[in-house]
Amino acid sequence: MASHGIKDRVAIVGMSCTSFGERWDKGIDELIVEAAEGAYASAGVDRDNVDAYWLGTAQSGMSGLMLSRPLRIFGKPVTRVENFCASGSEAFRQAAYAVASGAYDVAVSLGAEKLKDSGYQGANAFPVPSDGTTRNVTAAAMYSMIVPAYAHRYGIEVSDVKHALARIASKNHHNGSLNPRAQFRREMTVEQLLAQPRVAGELSVFDCAGVADGAAAAVVVRAEDAHRYTDRPLYVKGLSFVVGDGGGVTDPRYDFTTFPEVVASAQDAFRQAGITDPRGSLAMAEVHDCFTPTEMILMEDLGFSERGTAWKEILDGAFDLAGELPVNPDGGLKSFGHPVGASGLRMMFEAWLQLRGEAPQARKIPVSDRSLALTHNLGGYPGEMVSFVSILGTELG
Amino acid sequence: MAVVRGITACGAYLPYRRLDLREVAAVCGGGGRKGFRSVASFDEDTTTMAVEAARAALGSVEHVDLGSLWYTTVAPPYFDRTNANTIHAALRLARTTPAYDVLGSVRSGFGSLRAALASPGSALAIGSDLRVGLPGGPDEAYFGDGAGAVAFGDSSDAPVLAEIVAWYAVADEFVDRWRSPGDFRSKVWEERLGDVLYTDAGMAALEGALKQAGLDTAGVDRVVVTGTHGRAVKSVIARAGIAVDAVADELATQIGITGAAHPYLLLAAALQKASPDEIIALVGLADGAEVIIVRTTAALAEHRPARPVAQQLAGGAPLPYGRYLSWRGLLSLEPPRRPEPARVSASAASRSVDWKFGLVGSRSAGGTVSMPPAIGDPERQSMADAIGTIKTFTVDRLSYTPSPPLVFAVVDFDEGGRLPVELTDVDASQVGVGDRVEMVFRRLSSADGIQNYFWKARPLRERNI
Repeated sequence: MASHGIKDRVAIVGMSCTSFGERWDKGIDELIVEAAEGAYASAGVDRDNVDAYWLGTAQSGMSGLMLSRPLRIFGKPVTRVENFCASGSEAFRQAAYAVASGAYDVAVSLGAEKLKDSGYQGANAFPVPSDGTTRNVTAAAMYSMIVPAYAHRYGIEVSDVKHALARIASKNHHNGSLNPRAQFRREMTVEQLLAQPRVAGELSVFDCAGVADGAAAAVVVRAEDAHRYTDRPLYVKGLSFVVGDGGGVTDPRYDFTTFPEVVASAQDAFRQAGITDPRGSLAMAEVHDCFTPTEMILMEDLGFSERGTAWKEILDGAFDLAGELPVNPDGGLKSFGHPVGASGLRMMFEAWLQLRGEAPQARKIPVSDRSLALTHNLGGYPGEMVSFVSILGTELG
Repeated sequence: MAVVRGITACGAYLPYRRLDLREVAAVCGGGGRKGFRSVASFDEDTTTMAVEAARAALGSVEHVDLGSLWYTTVAPPYFDRTNANTIHAALRLARTTPAYDVLGSVRSGFGSLRAALASPGSALAIGSDLRVGLPGGPDEAYFGDGAGAVAFGDSSDAPVLAEIVAWYAVADEFVDRWRSPGDFRSKVWEERLGDVLYTDAGMAALEGALKQAGLDTAGVDRVVVTGTHGRAVKSVIARAGIAVDAVADELATQIGITGAAHPYLLLAAALQKASPDEIIALVGLADGAEVIIVRTTAALAEHRPARPVAQQLAGGAPLPYGRYLSWRGLLSLEPPRRPEPARVSASAASRSVDWKFGLVGSRSAGGTVSMPPAIGDPERQSMADAIGTIKTFTVDRLSYTPSPPLVFAVVDFDEGGRLPVELTDVDASQVGVGDRVEMVFRRLSSADGIQNYFWKARPLRERNI
C-alpha cells in the first residue's frame, strides 16, 4: 500500500478561468461553456480532441449531462464529481490519473459553480433528510472556533490573532485588487478590517471568502506529449487527496488549531514531488483561505511556519506578494471569490500564469530560480475535512 | 409492615428566563404588574419542560423503572400523536411502559396525578405548561411557564416521602375560563362569578378531604392553594381560616401561575421545605376543586432533590419584553436571512431514538466515547447527565435560529467524548473557553408541524450532584 503519485507523467497544456463574482447575466451552462472554450483555446485543441471530461461542482447540478449538454458533446465519458469545496481539485486529480493510466490521451477537468441564484447570502448545502440532530451552524462559525482555540493554545491575546487575520484579509484584498478576474478589487486596510462588525465569533464578513459564480478548466495530457501543445507546460509533481474520519468533532484530543487532513495531504504531496523544504522550494502557494483563520492555520499545516508562529509571520509580511513566499497572489478565495467547484482549478490557473510569467506585471511574484507552486484546496470543517494538495512545476525532474 | 402507596419522588422545572412585568406598561401603555413571570425559552415547549421536571424528580434517568407515565398540559405541541411518548423517549423508559396524555385543561393535571396514584407499580405524573396571554393583559402578568413531576409508588419498592391521607374531588360545570381550539389566549367570564363558585367548590373539597383525613384546618401544617382564579384562591384561604404562616406561597409574583403544572410545582416546593411527619394539603381550583392531603414520612429527611425549587427560584435571568413577545410569536422580529431548517425525517428519527431523545452515545472496547454512537461499539453510554467543558466556541450571527445569535460550542465531557453543540440559556457575551456546561432537552426547530427535539448544552448553574 502506498501513494506513489504521478510525478512528471502528466502535464497541464491549457487553462482558463472566467471572472468570478456576481454573474447575474450568466447561468451555469454559460459559465461551463466559457471555461471549456477558454481551455480549448489555451491548449490549441478543439472539443473533438478531448477524450474525457471530469466536472467538479458541489451543488450546481448533477451528472455528466451538466457539461455535455451545454457543450453539445455526444458520446464522451463525462464524470461529475463532488468532494465539498475541493470538488474542482478532485476533478483535476481524476483527469490527471486517467491520462497517467494511459486510458486517455487528452482530458479536461472543469470546475464550475453558480452560487448566486440561491437568494441567500453565503453558501448553503442542500439538505439531506436527517434525524434532526445534525448541527445547524454556518461554515464561518465553524472556522471562527479556531480563534479562541489558537489564542488559548499559544497563550496569546485574541486581539493578536484578530490582527493577523485582518492582515491576511488585507493582503488578499491587495492581491485581488491587481486581478481583473477577481470578485473584490478594493484595497482594505488592517484598520478598516478590524472595525467591521462581527458575524461569527471574531470574524466579520471580510474574513470570509467571496460568494461567487465562476468556472475554470484545465487540459491535461501525458508529459511526453506536452510540447505538442505548448512550449511551457506545467508538470504535475504531486497530487494528494486525504479525507479525515470526522474524528475531530467527536474526539477531545483535537484542539482546533490544526487540520490533520491538511498535514497528511501536504506531506504526501511533498513526498511525491521530492520536496523536503517547502518554504525554501516553492515559488508561490495558493491556499484555501475560505476564512482568514483557515489561511493562518494552513501556514503551519503546510509546513511554511513553525507551530504557533504563523500569526507573527503573517504580521511580518512573510506571505505578502513581495514576501519570502507569496501566498494567494491572485487574491485567494477571499478576493478572487469562491465558486465552490471552480476554486481548485482557479488556484492552478494562478500557478499556470505565475510560473509561466504570464501574470499581470503588477502582481507578478518575485523573480527567482524556484519553479514550483503549491495549490491547497479543502472542504468540510475543522475536525471533519477533505484536503487536497498539488505541486505543479515548469521543469521535469 | 404494611405496604403504603404514596409519593416517592417529586421535582419541578422553572425555565431560566424571567420577565420583569414592570416592563409591560412602557410598551403596551398599561398592564403588567410588580414582580416577575417565568418564561419558557424559544427552544422550550411543554414537552421539553416536562422532560426537565421529570429529570429533576427522578435524579439520574438511568435505570428508571416506571410502570406508567401520565402527562398533562393545556399547550401540547401535538394533537393526534402522544406528546408523552417524547418524554418517555427522553427518559429512556422501557418500551413496555405506557405513556398517556391527559390533555387540554388545567384540571386534568389532577387527573394525571390520580391516574398515577391508581396505577400499578411506580408511576410518574407530569404537569407542564406554557401560558400565554395577550400583551398588556391580565393573563400575561398572571401566568408563568414551568413544569412539575410527582412519582407515586409502593413503600415495598421505594421509600415513600409522603403518604396520601385524603383525596377529595368536586366537579362543577360552569364557564369561568375557556379557550377555543387553535387560540393561544384564554378568555374569562366576569370575575365575581368564579370567585363565588370556586370558593364554594374549594370549601366543599377541603371540608370533604379534612373529614376523610379526620383532621381540622388547624391540624394541617402547610396549605397549598392554587387555581385558575386568583381571587378565589385568596377567598378560599380566608374562608377556611388558614393561619397565615401555614399558607404556602403560590409564587404568583415570582413566576406566575403555570397552569396544569402549578399544583405539581407547588407540591414539590412544599415537600422540599417540609420536615418528616408534616401534614400538607394541596387545594386546586379548576372546574370545581380537588384537594390532596399528604403526611410526610421519615424518609423525607434523607431525600436530596436534584434541583430544589427554591434554588431555581433564586436563579434565572432577565429577559427583555420585546424578546419575550418574539419568543411567544406575538412580535415578529427579522430573522437571519438564511434557509429555515428542513422537516425532520420521521424514519431517520425513528432509527435514532436513543441518541436523538435520550442522548445515548457509545463506548468502544478501548473506552472511547462516541456521539452519535459509533457503529460496532459494544456499549451504550448515556450522556444526558454528563458535565462538560467548553473547548472552543463561537457566536453565529448568520445561521438560522428563532432567537439570534446562535451560540455554539465544542464540549468535551468528563466521561470522555465530545459534542459540538448549541448552547442555550446563555448570554453570548458571557461564554468562555473552559466554562462548564450540562445537557438539557430542547426543541431545535419546528417544520411542517413536526417538532425537532434534541439536546443542547447550558452553563452549569444550580445542580445538586
